[in-house]
Amino acid sequence: MVNENRVEIRNLTVRYGKTISLHDVSLDIPRNKIFAIIGPANSGKTTLLKSINRTLELESGSSVQGNITIDGREIHEIWNVYELRRRIGMVFPLPVGLPLSVYDNVAYAPRMAGERRRKVLDEIVERCLRQAALWDEVKDRLKNLGTMLSGGQQQRLTIARALSHSPEILCLDEFSIAIDPVTTMRIEDVLVQLKEEMTIILVTNLVQQARRLGDMTCFINKGRVVQVDTTEVMFSDNPGNQLTYDYVRGVFG
Amino acid sequence: MNNHQPEISSALFTATVFTRKKQRMQRIVGIVFGIMAVAILIPLFVLVTYLIIRAWPSLTWDFLTDVPKNGMRGGGIWPALVGTIYTVTFSLLIAVPIGVMAGIYLNEYAKDSWFTRIVNMAVVNLAGVPSIVHALFGVGAFVLFAGMGKSIISASFTLAIMTLPVIIVSTTEALASVPRPFRTACWNVGASKWQTIRTIVLPNSISGILTGVILQVCRAAGETAPIMFTGAVFFKYVQRGDFFPYHLNEQCMALSYHLHTISTQVPGVPEPMLYATAVVLLGFVLIFNSFAIVLRVYMRNRKKW
Ligand SMILES: Nc1ncnc2c1ncn2[C@@H]1O[C@H](COP(=O)(O)OP(=O)(O)OP(=O)(O)O)[C@@H](O)[C@H]1O
Ligand SMILES: [Mg+2]
Repeated sequence: MVNENRVEIRNLTVRYGKTISLHDVSLDIPRNKIFAIIGPANSGKTTLLKSINRTLELESGSSVQGNITIDGREIHEIWNVYELRRRIGMVFPLPVGLPLSVYDNVAYAPRMAGERRRKVLDEIVERCLRQAALWDEVKDRLKNLGTMLSGGQQQRLTIARALSHSPEILCLDEFSIAIDPVTTMRIEDVLVQLKEEMTIILVTNLVQQARRLGDMTCFINKGRVVQVDTTEVMFSDNPGNQLTYDYVRGVFG
Repeated sequence: MNNHQPEISSALFTATVFTRKKQRMQRIVGIVFGIMAVAILIPLFVLVTYLIIRAWPSLTWDFLTDVPKNGMRGGGIWPALVGTIYTVTFSLLIAVPIGVMAGIYLNEYAKDSWFTRIVNMAVVNLAGVPSIVHALFGVGAFVLFAGMGKSIISASFTLAIMTLPVIIVSTTEALASVPRPFRTACWNVGASKWQTIRTIVLPNSISGILTGVILQVCRAAGETAPIMFTGAVFFKYVQRGDFFPYHLNEQCMALSYHLHTISTQVPGVPEPMLYATAVVLLGFVLIFNSFAIVLRVYMRNRKKW
């Protein structure tokens, strides 16, 4: 029987040196859904995403306790961590165009996994740039430097790169802060289509974005999970938790 | 409607005492710093022209390719020129791979711990050790202990030890100038550390690394002390224009040491010859330095972010 949850987090505690960024977090992230995570600044949202693809262990001073399983397999036991990261697409809030051409930016991940065939790479680049709503703007300058694109374009380039290795789980961390509203809408539409193929974890500071897109919503505060429920319940008049109610309506502390 | 907003004009179009002061400071700083920049050009220019004028009678092609004659009082500097090329090249072959790999390790792989901090501190301190100390170390370690004797190979190892710390430091600095988000972006898509270094970090720091290396070439060519006790010899007969006159276990002549001997040990050397030797040594350094400058300009134009 296939486990219904794609990612299961159990008793996850993350420390940076002495500061504890996540306290005993347990979450079930369902398959083929958009799982929205909201919470005030410093609550540990980014840290949570980093622990899922194990880039947290590259931060100096970090230590992790607890279990994370993907499809029932414990990720801390995975030996080929690069393959794990390839199965997870990661978009962080600050746009990072690599100092390569636009084409090479998107073809980077497949190449690092050993793909050399030009035709395959061409297809990947076009598909991902289309999904990130960037293709029309850059199709004539694929040879230009990725770092010379505008901030919003670089952010969409980052999204395209995260999609380029056909991840099974897509983590988006405030992906839209540098992107204009119209383009954001286009990408949101793409996300809704993409959940057919993958599980999406969406960290957002825009509560309304969580409401629009999330199937489930999780509210994190000060490194602890305050409430997880379906988005309908979380945004209803009676979510069952005063903190959630306040945060969602913007009257928080 | 909006009567409460202050007038913008008054503040922007009148100069207050404070803004005047600011602008005066701006001009003064510009002028003073500009003078400083020009001031360092003057000595270099004067030095080079003076040397060239004094050296002029001796500065011929023959001087470069001929061997010393008449007990160093005539002929050219070929054996010394080739000797310098030998020692510098072999010291680079030793120091560059070790230095660059150590730099990569320290900046990219080493976790921040007391051990790496001590290593870093040691490297920085070694970079400040006077060359005569390196020379003595070279005598002890390579000439005597390792049994290499006074030879090109001992001299090269000594020069390598001398240049290593600066190569390591300039490598770590060059690597550190590549912003960390580029690295995390690569790691996030499943690139290993080495793949990230090879595809992103090194291509964007290689000019900085090379600049550091080239500056060390100049230092290795110019220093007398490290080779004086480890491999340089007063005179060695070689064929005129012979590119491979030395074996690695032999001693060789070297420009810096040659200049030292003919100006202090040999009486009666014609003055233009002294100056010409200095000009060649300086030319060697200037040529390599201009390489470094071209590289840096190239790097700036190619700056990708
Ligand atoms: N590399 C690091 N080293 C030390 N402390 C860190 C590091 N990264 C995050 N932290 C700490 O962990 C805590 C949680 O940070 P995190 O980035 O996960 O918050 P966040 O919820 O993503 O906030 P925001 O909404 O502002 O992005 C913060 O107190 C932060 O100072
Ligand atoms: Mg964050």
